[in-house]
Amino acid sequence: MTYLILFLEFLKIGAFTFGGGYAMIPFIQETVTKHQWLSTQELVNFIAISESTPGAFAVNISTYIGSQVGGFFGALCATTGVVLPAFLIILIIAKIYDKFKSSKTVKGAMFGLKSTVVGLIAAAVVSIAIEVFFTNGFTQQVFLSSTFWFSLITFAIMLFLLLYKKISPILIVCLSATLGIIAGYTGIIA
Amino acid sequence: MKKSKLKLYLQLLLSFMKIGVVTFGGGYAMIPIIENETSAKRKWISEDDLSDIIAISESTPGPIAICAASFIGYKVAGVIGAFFATLGVVLPSFAIIFLISIFLEQFNELNIVRFAFTGIRAGVLALIIKAVISMFKKAPKHIVAYIIMALSFVLVVAFSTNVLVIVLSSAVVGIVASYIARKRGKELR
Repeated sequence: MTYLILFLEFLKIGAFTFGGGYAMIPFIQETVTKHQWLSTQELVNFIAISESTPGAFAVNISTYIGSQVGGFFGALCATTGVVLPAFLIILIIAKIYDKFKSSKTVKGAMFGLKSTVVGLIAAAVVSIAIEVFFTNGFTQQVFLSSTFWFSLITFAIMLFLLLYKKISPILIVCLSATLGIIAGYTGIIA
Repeated sequence: MKKSKLKLYLQLLLSFMKIGVVTFGGGYAMIPIIENETSAKRKWISEDDLSDIIAISESTPGPIAICAASFIGYKVAGVIGAFFATLGVVLPSFAIIFLISIFLEQFNELNIVRFAFTGIRAGVLALIIKAVISMFKKAPKHIVAYIIMALSFVLVVAFSTNVLVIVLSSAVVGIVASYIARKRGKELR
């Protein structure tokens, strides 16, 4: 039963996420929290692992969750589920490619999809930001804790490096990990 | 089965395994490597084909790597070719992540890993904000598009609306809006 649920949930994710990569996060977040497969914190941790290992994000996250929930066969079911829709759709489109390319309906749908993806990921940003800065709830004490300030400063540095220095994602992961380790052993974060 | 066909399947499998191994982060980082392996080296597809493949990947669901592998595999050696190319591109990350998932739990207990991830989560937030910005740049510049963005955001944050419902309704709104625009002699983009 677990295998079937994994397969079907990831089939749905594979079939309805356009744009690939981070566009999948809102959908994945909804699914994993609904089934309590991963917490938001574990999901954010895994995004970093996925950035530091080869391959597509969709394949990585489905393999990981599948394996956590149902071992090797769980990983197999989830990954097959996420890959299958793209595989089948491409086989069909490869045959009717010219019609597909000039279809006004496809263009219209893409107009809507490219727009909604921006709003959906922005919504994921909000919940991830809450997780990063307010792990233990939103109270006044948060602003007195050094962990909060550490996260805020690290976040600001990384965003600056990404936007103005064009640093690669994997370097961002390494740098922020190093900052975390230094802060941990100097007692800034607990 | 002809021997040459079998060799072609094997070549597809190995080429796409190579693509799967060397691309970190996935997505558009894969394009130059796919181009080098399948167009420049193997001559399976032309440069024009490749830009078509990117356009198709953008307008179909699923990761760009899977779309590209299926499409190129199909063009080169039919449905079985598509299967082997897709298998090739998936296999490396499947194997690596499966191993990581077994060991990660044990590492999670270590202080050094816990500290590292506290830093990393702040970094990931920056990565995702960067992704929002680049998707916004690629999105249509039109009042209807901005309304869809704002509504999708509010519906999820304030009302926890089902994401699938939002995705499907946005596609419908896009189709209707572009139909109305065409009736008025304009093109939505």
